[in-house]
Amino acid sequence: MSEHVTAVHPEPDMVQLLTPEGQRVEHPDYSLDITDDEIAELYRDLVLVRRIDTEAIALQRQGELGLWASLLGQEAAQIGSGRALKAHDMAFPTYREHGVAWCRNVDPLALLGLFRGTNLGGFDPLEHNFNMYTIVIGAQTLHATGYAMGVVRDGAVGTGDPDRDTAVLAFFGDGASSQGDVNESFVWAGAGNLPVVFFCQNNQWAISEPVERQSRVPLYQRARGFGFPGVRVDGNDVLACLAVTRKALDHARSAQGPTLIEAFTYRMNPHTTNDDPRRYQLVGESETWKLKDPIERVRAYLTRQAGVSQAFFDDVEQEARKLAEHIRTGCRALPDPTPESVFANVHVTMPDDLIEQRADFVDFVSAVTA
Amino acid sequence: MTEAPTTMTMAKALNEGLRKAMEADEKVVIMGEDVGKLGGVFRITDGLQKDFGEDRVIDTPLAESAIIGTAVGLAIRGYRPVCEIQFDGFVFPGFDQIVSQVAKFHNRSAGLVKMPITIRIPSGGGIGAVEHHSESVETYFAHTAGLKVVACSNPSDAYWMIQEAVADDDPIVFIEPKRLYHAAKAEIAEQPTPLYQARVVRPGEHVTVVGYGGTVPTLLESARTAAQERIELEVIDLRSVSPLDTAVLLDSVRRTGRLIVVHEAPQSFGVGAEIAARVTEQAFYSLEAPVLRVTGYDTPYPPSRLEHEWLPNLDRVLDAVDRIMEY
Repeated sequence: MSEHVTAVHPEPDMVQLLTPEGQRVEHPDYSLDITDDEIAELYRDLVLVRRIDTEAIALQRQGELGLWASLLGQEAAQIGSGRALKAHDMAFPTYREHGVAWCRNVDPLALLGLFRGTNLGGFDPLEHNFNMYTIVIGAQTLHATGYAMGVVRDGAVGTGDPDRDTAVLAFFGDGASSQGDVNESFVWAGAGNLPVVFFCQNNQWAISEPVERQSRVPLYQRARGFGFPGVRVDGNDVLACLAVTRKALDHARSAQGPTLIEAFTYRMNPHTTNDDPRRYQLVGESETWKLKDPIERVRAYLTRQAGVSQAFFDDVEQEARKLAEHIRTGCRALPDPTPESVFANVHVTMPDDLIEQRADFVDFVSAVTA
Repeated sequence: MTEAPTTMTMAKALNEGLRKAMEADEKVVIMGEDVGKLGGVFRITDGLQKDFGEDRVIDTPLAESAIIGTAVGLAIRGYRPVCEIQFDGFVFPGFDQIVSQVAKFHNRSAGLVKMPITIRIPSGGGIGAVEHHSESVETYFAHTAGLKVVACSNPSDAYWMIQEAVADDDPIVFIEPKRLYHAAKAEIAEQPTPLYQARVVRPGEHVTVVGYGGTVPTLLESARTAAQERIELEVIDLRSVSPLDTAVLLDSVRRTGRLIVVHEAPQSFGVGAEIAARVTEQAFYSLEAPVLRVTGYDTPYPPSRLEHEWLPNLDRVLDAVDRIMEY
């Protein structure tokens, strides 16, 4: 390799509004007008989505889920970006955006069916303006780009009407940044000046491959070549993620085109519950990131700077316990798929030969289970 | 769907059909490489951008995965995209989006999101093209749950089928035999035949020969020639590769007892194999002879100076007729 190849370092100009120690700091381009009560509600979100994750991992360990993709460590990136969306904006997740799903009012139970093996979707993407999870890496960025083309054709950008102007938020990861689909999305969104924001959670690892395997330059700098701005944000800082995403979405809604946001964060858990990072990560690597925990810094701010009372934290903990119970009991109650359901909605209009196959399968299953 | 025009080529019929489809539904958008000002490399979209605007007839960047992938997003937003893949051999960069996303989306969403996408693919050989411009790709898509695959073989079907395909709520791969685009003018029927129905285009009592798309004129020519030797071929135009109109095939085979399947796509694991299996399963005791296949060979598409020997042609079909009559 050439001597010019260097390791990818965090940039000194990474946007941060709340330090790991819980100190508010200003950024010239990303001021955030937010009350302490609103910060407290972000804290509530962060705690609750971490609890969803904790419960899902436990369910997988108990054999109730086949698999789970943990969001641990990425809560701030997901809540900050998710809360920047307006109800009528559209978001396209990967399979790890449980925190964004929470912001889109998707019942966590609706996420579990995919991982339990009871369904392939579980919620109405159009009701929540939150697309189904997409497992093929990067494919959803093109869907987001096409949706943004539709938004433009509907005349829903740049009108100045805040209830009409619409932005699209596409999630992907550092691994996906190497996919053709993601790069094609950048080409189309740039050339078409489309109202889409690309939100890359760089959690440093694509299963076992470090981000250095994916890129010679910091990921946010890729945007320049496609003709739109790129910005790196502290992905463990919920305030910075909110401010940066909010500004990018506003930019998109007002017909100023796409933005690439690289949320610099860390995957604190294995890629999924099937993964074993001991084979590829250095011992202690995650220790430095523990000091940058996305929740602890908000709690430190609320406690030391905002004077939030213990009663608030008790209330959040109480709500988390209720949510956990909802997930534990609800998961076990998710209905198994019926033989008929496999054939449902394969087509809008079902061909005759598939109707015959369905009858065969239903008869066979009922015969062997009788 | 009224006021059928009179006589035209397949290329013009597709153009007129697309125009009707765009007039019928303002959510129809056409997207592809060079489909705008140029009217497509085959001129199938000629004049449509001028009349419907750049928002509805979209010259896309050169990225097939993105043509399909953005069509998915447009469909989620309520649009009805018609994607043009410039040549058969260029569909593969979009393969993942077609088979993993377009085909599965309606099922995964429990029927909540439709994918009314038409993917037009100028297909097949016989035009002296360089490599990757003469492929027959239908089998890949017919093998994928959630997709429907149809092929037109004449101007009238082209005119009606493209309108039916665009109006259909299921995703459809629409195979256009490019060597027939300008082959001949023909009358446009006043009414469409339902999209997924096969059609007996020439009745006959001795052998059923079935094809679709570009092979149908070859089958008709074979039938005319065989008739001179008093062998009457019943020619069936499948029109729909998937779903297969098995009923029409079985009815014919039960009368003739002999079946030859013809397609340009390579032989193994192809449409011919599927039809042979179904006929064997459902009409075994009607068969007087094994089902025969006249197809492309299991090779890469040949250099074009050999393509007319490699493709199913009159001589190869008649040879199969001779063989099947010997049983």
